[in-house]
Amino acid sequence: MYTQALDSSGAEPGSPASAGEVERERRFQERIDRDEKIEPKDWMPQAYRQTLIRQIAQHAHSEIVGMLPEGNWITRAPTLRRKAVLIAKVQDEGGHGMYLYSAAETLGVSRGELIEQLLAGRAKYSSIFNYPTLTWADIGAIGWLVDGAAIMNQIPLCRCSYGPYARAMVRICKEESFHQRQGYEIMLTLARGTGAQREMAQDALNRWWWPSLMMFGPGDAESVHTAHSMRWKIKRFSNDELRQRFIDLTVPQAQFLDLAIPDPVLRWDEAAQHFITGPIDWSEFQTVLKGHGPCNRERLGARRAAHEAGRWVREAAAAYADKHRDRVGGAERHVQTV
Amino acid sequence: MSAAAGSATPASDEDHFRYVLRLADTSLVLGQRLSEWVGHAPALEEDLALGNIALDLIGEARLLLAHAGRIEGRGREEDQLAFLRDAPEFYNVALAEQPNGDFGATIVRQALLDAWQLELYHSLTASTDERLAEIAAKTLKECRYHWRFSCGWLVRLGDGTAESHARAQEALDALWRFTEELITPDALDVRMASCGIAPPLAVVRGRWETRIGAALGEATLLQPSSEHYPWHGKSGVHTEHLGHLLGEMQHLQRTYPGVTW
Ligand SMILES: [Fe+2]
Ligand SMILES: [Fe+2]
Repeated sequence: MYTQALDSSGAEPGSPASAGEVERERRFQERIDRDEKIEPKDWMPQAYRQTLIRQIAQHAHSEIVGMLPEGNWITRAPTLRRKAVLIAKVQDEGGHGMYLYSAAETLGVSRGELIEQLLAGRAKYSSIFNYPTLTWADIGAIGWLVDGAAIMNQIPLCRCSYGPYARAMVRICKEESFHQRQGYEIMLTLARGTGAQREMAQDALNRWWWPSLMMFGPGDAESVHTAHSMRWKIKRFSNDELRQRFIDLTVPQAQFLDLAIPDPVLRWDEAAQHFITGPIDWSEFQTVLKGHGPCNRERLGARRAAHEAGRWVREAAAAYADKHRDRVGGAERHVQTV
Repeated sequence: MSAAAGSATPASDEDHFRYVLRLADTSLVLGQRLSEWVGHAPALEEDLALGNIALDLIGEARLLLAHAGRIEGRGREEDQLAFLRDAPEFYNVALAEQPNGDFGATIVRQALLDAWQLELYHSLTASTDERLAEIAAKTLKECRYHWRFSCGWLVRLGDGTAESHARAQEALDALWRFTEELITPDALDVRMASCGIAPPLAVVRGRWETRIGAALGEATLLQPSSEHYPWHGKSGVHTEHLGHLLGEMQHLQRTYPGVTW
């Protein structure tokens, strides 16, 4: 996944137009309060729809863009087993993108439109994927930390009020936890390996730790939409709560690897029963979010290049389907749906 | 099946090893090529399909490499065989190592090889090498799915727009010269057929030509002439592309010798 609570733009709940509207919203909220699932054909406030479209689209784009940094190591995976596992993992992420685009389509926006927004630079995706994968250990670190943070964000979404999104998340979460374990296993192998492998693992942790914490989005004080999203049960825990859970779970895992978390002031607070980290550099987060991260250009560039290079192929498929529409059972017997 | 010849002469382990490596290396190198597409295909569905085919091919290669290693009997396992041989010791057919090019070139390469693997593995299910016959039975199912995909796209590209037709024809013209190697037996193919481990390549040739001929017809593509330079990838004489592919694939194993990943 990689939902990142971006919470920085989009529709605000508007003022209801009429008494009838007020009544409908009241009944809608009652359904949500009773933990009923909202389904595509049900009435929903425009702002609820827009918030969901924005969030699901960001999530879908993150899955697709997220294929790139890990895909970068497929051809260089160190063993055939690792290569096969990595291909399957990246495929899973593509599959997640597909379910999520389908979930967004139930809200009345097509995959094509959403992809146009991404390629035009008008849509967001998780900023973690704008960091480079420089060594094989980065593949371990991404599975461990990035999929790990994604799970933390997504488990609550399995109970999200919007049915199609919640159901997509159930399926996705199962695969993400598999990815997380595979990533950790790569880290463990490196951490128990040669000196060079340990260094590689430590370096990857150094580079991915802080960006992973940023995946949960800005601190609660700065987070714009949390209140509405909470009331609608699109979001069930605040960014800071989820981040803290991730930290508390992950620090002992790093200790087990005997790797150092790159935070000189990290400490266990006995009273609070939490690990307390040093301050997160939110200026870095904003820089990456605005498009100036290490690989923003490369990631969007790669998506655009694939889209452009594929145009003639998509046109050919459409032309072929047109020509043979009347002749199904002829040539089309070979052809799978585009 | 014709592979099980009546008067079988036993194969030398060296021949047997080399022959299984030919099969393994063709799947491995083609899988490696296809995996380059992951994240970059024309649409999400094609991205997933190309990745799935790459996964199948790498899975086949792993089984075959492990089998080759056992035949060789020197304790080499799949990763030593995949990552620690240089290009002249790879025996894949040269078509498999050709660069992806555009989606059309990838589809043409894939269809030519899928049709060949489909017919070859169909025959290999009757191999006198029982382990190879088992692997062939599993592989055959995958080959059918791969061919459905590549043939489906070959037809759509060939009979799609003027641009897609031109691109597919151009790719076919460029790659056709590598097909002779698939269907022309060399001395090792002949020895393998005589002991029943492999089918006579003439059988595969006939079926491959029929299958490809029909697909090209449906795709409205012209079969190029058969004048060619004889490539011998399966004897270890490759195009310039294989060395680069291996350089990338083997980079970690070569840089950090002997470690566990
Ligand atoms: Fe995912
Ligand atoms: Fe994942």
